[in-house]
Amino acid sequence: MMLRLPIGLALVLAATVLLGSENLVQFSDESLRIRYQALITELRCPKCQNQNLADSNSPISQDLREEVQRMLEQQMTDVEIKYHLTSRYSEFILYRPDVNKTTYLLWGSPVVILLIGLIVALRLNRRNTVQVVSSGKTQIDNESRLAELLESGEDEK
Amino acid sequence: MNRIALFLPLALFVVLTVVLLLGLDKDPTELPSALVGEPFPVFSLPALHDANQMLDEQDLLGDVVLVNIWATWCFACRIEHAMLNQLEEQGVKVIGLNYKDNREAAIDWLKKRGDPYTFSIFDERGRLGIDLGVYGAPETYLLDAGGTIRHRRVGVVDDRVWNNEFRDLYAQLMDEKR
Repeated sequence: MMLRLPIGLALVLAATVLLGSENLVQFSDESLRIRYQALITELRCPKCQNQNLADSNSPISQDLREEVQRMLEQQMTDVEIKYHLTSRYSEFILYRPDVNKTTYLLWGSPVVILLIGLIVALRLNRRNTVQVVSSGKTQIDNESRLAELLESGEDEK
Repeated sequence: MNRIALFLPLALFVVLTVVLLLGLDKDPTELPSALVGEPFPVFSLPALHDANQMLDEQDLLGDVVLVNIWATWCFACRIEHAMLNQLEEQGVKVIGLNYKDNREAAIDWLKKRGDPYTFSIFDERGRLGIDLGVYGAPETYLLDAGGTIRHRRVGVVDDRVWNNEFRDLYAQLMDEKR
């Protein structure tokens, strides 16, 4: 009687494991699986805006995963597979697009923004150093002026 | 010099605002078409109405045609269908590509709603769909007489879309054919 719940739970868990394994992708060579996983995480689902093929359940993603698997089994290289897909779905499908005239802004802007930041930081830094030097100088000026004033004050007495 | 530098943040703000405002008008779900200017992909698929009749890309040659990707599960295709019937009445040659569908359901749909298609290709597995870069139905391609894709529309073709995107190009391609 006490065992009924744990046994029931174990059966449910076993069933989910079995159901899950049914959907596993089969490969003739296990090394293909590693490349498959890498490709489907790096390829973007064309229907859904911000999901990769690995995460998406949409029918088109399922089809494209099958397509990637088929191409891997045909001994196509990663570059060939990506070319095959971009020639159909455009570069949208790549999460890491090549550098070309449509993507130079995408790749270049972080570098440019970093450079602007560096320049601003350097200039601010330089201005601060200059101020420290000049304030040091004014301090000396002030002291000597103070001494002068004190002296002249004593004269007036 | 220093005065001008003070306006730099404002200038940056203005530029950024303009860029972002322009971005608002863009439809992020619309992918750039990789196949415009390319020949229609090679295929060999059965006809919708006759599983024994095989069709291929040669069957699309010789005429300016619209290739319309549709399915019975596609809700927007219902809205589009009347427009396709209308185009067919006007003499436009429309070819159907039934995409990942059930054959009986598709034939039944055409019986009920009218059949604007000169013939229908039956792409049960969506293989031709992948070669075309289809990511949803409906989609419509305009092909010249030589079988080159000249325009692609993702989504419903209605009066507005036809007038804006297709009509002039269609007339131009018909002229080229003559």
